[in-house]
Amino acid sequence: MKRTIVIWLIALFIGFAVLPWHMTNDGFLSSEWLVGATPTTALWLIVQDGQWWLIGPLLAGLYISCIQLSVKNPVRRAKLSVLGAAIGLVLTMIQGLIIVRSGPRILNSLFEGTAAIDGQLGFGLGAGLCLISLLFILTNALTQTGKAQGDAFVISMIGLIIALVAVFVFYPVLHILIRAFQVEDGYSFYGFFPRFFSSSIWGLQCLTGGRSCGTAINSLFLATMTGAGTTLLGLSFALILTRTQFRAKKLLRVLTIIPIITPPFVIGLALILLFGRNGTITAFVADFFDISRTRWLYGFWGVYFAQLLSFTPIAFLVLIGVVQGVSPSMEEASQTLGADRWETFRQVSLPLMRPGLANAFLLGFIESLADFGNPLVLGGNYGVLSTDIYFAIVGSVADPANAAVLSIALLTLTLSAFLLQRKWVGKKSYATITGKADSGQNASLSPGVKALCYLTALPWAALTVVVYSMIVFGSFVKLWGYNHSFTFEHYLRAFRIDFSNGWRFTGVAWDSFFTTLTISSIAAPLTALIGLSTAYLLVRQKFVGKEAFEFSTMLSFAIPGTVIGVSYIMAFNFPPIELTGTSIILIIVFVFRNMPVGVRGGIAAMSQLDSSLDEASTTLGANSFTTVRRVIMPLMGPAILAALTYSFVRAITSVSAVIFLVSARHNMATSFIVGRVENGEFGIAIAYSAVLIVTMLIAILLLQLLIGTRRLRRTDRVQQPS
Amino acid sequence: MNTNNTGTVRFDGVVKKYGTVTALKNLDLTINAGQLVTLLGPSGCGKTTTLRLIAGLEMATSGKIHIGGEDVTHLTATYRKVSMVFQSYALFPHMTVRENVAYGLTVKSMPKTEAAQKAEHGLELVGLKGFGDRLPSELSGGQQQRVAVARAIVLEPEVLLLDEPLSNLDAKLRRHVREEIRQIQQRLGLTAVYVTHDQEEAMAVSDRIVVMKNAEIAQEGAPHDLYERPNSSFIADFIGDANLALCEVTSVAEQLAQVRLGDTAYAVPSGDFTSGEANLVLRPHEIRLTPPSTPGLRGSISYAAYLGKEIQYTVETDHGSLFVVSPIANDPFQQGDDVSVQLDQTRMRLVATDAG
Repeated sequence: MKRTIVIWLIALFIGFAVLPWHMTNDGFLSSEWLVGATPTTALWLIVQDGQWWLIGPLLAGLYISCIQLSVKNPVRRAKLSVLGAAIGLVLTMIQGLIIVRSGPRILNSLFEGTAAIDGQLGFGLGAGLCLISLLFILTNALTQTGKAQGDAFVISMIGLIIALVAVFVFYPVLHILIRAFQVEDGYSFYGFFPRFFSSSIWGLQCLTGGRSCGTAINSLFLATMTGAGTTLLGLSFALILTRTQFRAKKLLRVLTIIPIITPPFVIGLALILLFGRNGTITAFVADFFDISRTRWLYGFWGVYFAQLLSFTPIAFLVLIGVVQGVSPSMEEASQTLGADRWETFRQVSLPLMRPGLANAFLLGFIESLADFGNPLVLGGNYGVLSTDIYFAIVGSVADPANAAVLSIALLTLTLSAFLLQRKWVGKKSYATITGKADSGQNASLSPGVKALCYLTALPWAALTVVVYSMIVFGSFVKLWGYNHSFTFEHYLRAFRIDFSNGWRFTGVAWDSFFTTLTISSIAAPLTALIGLSTAYLLVRQKFVGKEAFEFSTMLSFAIPGTVIGVSYIMAFNFPPIELTGTSIILIIVFVFRNMPVGVRGGIAAMSQLDSSLDEASTTLGANSFTTVRRVIMPLMGPAILAALTYSFVRAITSVSAVIFLVSARHNMATSFIVGRVENGEFGIAIAYSAVLIVTMLIAILLLQLLIGTRRLRRTDRVQQPS
Repeated sequence: MNTNNTGTVRFDGVVKKYGTVTALKNLDLTINAGQLVTLLGPSGCGKTTTLRLIAGLEMATSGKIHIGGEDVTHLTATYRKVSMVFQSYALFPHMTVRENVAYGLTVKSMPKTEAAQKAEHGLELVGLKGFGDRLPSELSGGQQQRVAVARAIVLEPEVLLLDEPLSNLDAKLRRHVREEIRQIQQRLGLTAVYVTHDQEEAMAVSDRIVVMKNAEIAQEGAPHDLYERPNSSFIADFIGDANLALCEVTSVAEQLAQVRLGDTAYAVPSGDFTSGEANLVLRPHEIRLTPPSTPGLRGSISYAAYLGKEIQYTVETDHGSLFVVSPIANDPFQQGDDVSVQLDQTRMRLVATDAG
């Protein structure tokens, strides 16, 4: 009998007989469930209340104990235990899903009594522990069947990640699908199609008449334009940075990085200050040329403009890798064969970059579809899917079924782009970075291309600078467009600390500020942990179904935040998993939204570690856990830093999913700011945004200091001459 | 260091497939305790797969693997008493030399001081006493290689595996390091399995050589056996260079085969041959060239290379071009010279033509 299985069996029985099965209103720290009169543990509920359907885990636990004690053949014992644990899991989940207050009720006649009719509360501590115990018994037993490769640590990790992705990505998305088929009384399969293909979603009226197109068409058009625009701008920046002797390269780099730590709608806000009806530039142009002020910014062009500013850095980061990946020797070969710089660029460099360009385009495309902040602030009458979903949930006429249909439309678009990217671009990579040193010089740009790059990138850089100065400047004036006198008023309102009576944070923003920092600091390490663990499994371990595993973990990247938000309120507002209104749901949403980036970073970093290091460790007698702890982790410093930084920043800046999930008790900075914008309080919104940006900069620097120095010393040591 | 716990390695009908590709077909192999056995062969022949199967880094598709009498077929690398020296050495770059060597001991929860002591002893064994506090990157290639060996042998493994351990060293260092490895192996009485594609290296270090080709064993035996009694044209050519000349066996009497090569007849040890076509193995340095006036096989020099210690000729004859290695003479032949080729029938071997 294996020790870990015994431990998990004990945990299972504790979860079943000692801890409260359901969620408790007072929270787990109150000892109400220990001393209270009403039964709370599953065991008590069965004995006292006749809730026999809770018996699954107990049966499984007893059965597995018997198997472990009586069966001698280890393989047979393991197989029977796997079966027992699987049945226990299924029984527990089924009872949780069908004994609910509302919704489809099958097998109604079986469950009688008020407890079953009333439904039950969400899974609590006891149920959670039982499910986790059963899962780990399953994975541990699976290792002993001899069928699975890899040790208990690896199999348990795979099991856990699959379970988490299933519960927090697939289960909610499934809820959207079900909701989309819902009609007034029950569900209808045929009711879905007319709503899905309605002209308000896919209509092309704008091509013929003056009326506006369907929202999906609007989204699609915007996304295509944004994808193309960001790719071109990103390429210009990347070429200037790698192929010219431009003097202020460092400055350019900073300019392309800053938008990443900017909450998405902040650029929209700055654009309003510049080009809105009362914007500086609008006023200047109107006075100078004597033309009337318009609201042109609110609509397609405004959103497009803001998205270009927001997403060009992403394209740049992809393309700089691509541009650097073009082997200098190929360009040199072309030049020695008599091609001039322009011919070399056109016939060699550009074709080599083509897969990378397609990749950048699709990323921009997906980002634009998923973007929520900019259309919300600037969209005006130009409806796109992501904001329409929001209004379908929070608008005057709440229509969750319509939100579900719109979500499916959006999901269809992003998933298609995602699949296209994987199928088409993923395989066709001309990346020429090998282990071998590739000496030589990249060809410099031909004059024409160079001029083109400068002409696009530099004005763009200037505009970015102006936009960011607006954010600083705008936060210090009384009322933009009307009263430009200097004031600290916005900062004071948001971040006042009252010293008169001890320390009291009386500013209106403090609550959401602290919540945001706390939740981001909890979510970031979890995201890094899960992302890098997944990367480790994908790069270093062999197991059946690896492709499907990789695909499902990357999938949440293609699910727009709005859709995630909607799906979470649909799935986690009711038992068996009731999480809305808690801070846990915010943490979970960040972890699973940002996980794919952790996975990608991890994969990239892990691929650079020679796998013989792991193999050396295992042949020296270390198991996978020790290998990870003592060999891989210490060598992954930079990747860990990147994953931490990225998930922290994303947690602070994200709006789309969060705006559905915040509650009065747990408000986040971004949704607070959006609220101010909707009230027209631009000053405070901008002041708050500026504080957020500065906070993130400080956090990034701190992280660099904490992890970065350790890494630097190592790199120094590694690079000493041999 | 005391290593009496060396074990035999036995493969019984081991098959390894990657998807549809067969990396090993039905391998039966026994490696005796205390011997150094080399797996030799061209790339893709299955030698590295065999080594990784012994290490437990790959799992057999079918068949059984025993180490030291114990069935380890389903044990992963962590639980086998085998250690390995990697081609890239795989030294952990973030640990000092001592930490590297002690790694295998500390993961088995040996107390730190004891592990450090043993590591120091291991370093002494490979002649790196006092290098313990350095980082691997501060050592030369040869030193890194010795750290990798020390790291593997301090665990007192039943079997020591070496995966092309010399391929990252420069040519001059190779001979020195391979002697050291051989000496350590003999001194400790280790069972060692050594993978290489360099036949000279294999001949120099091995008790026995297992030559592999196309996912199976082509021939195994002591270095001397393989050179003197190759069982196929492939082995004859792979172990020491050989010219293969197609000839006809006319008759066999008392273990001597009468062989016709063009007009000339030779009496050659017959082996299993009775009649028909065969290849004559002519070793390059056993062919003598004499002036064209002397009797012998007619030939002309198409290429001559002066290497200092010897001269290499390519000689065109009626039986194909022959590669000949001659000692330095006062008056070497020039390109284009006609020569007479002298073959020594007592040194010739017969092997089957590969088609048959």
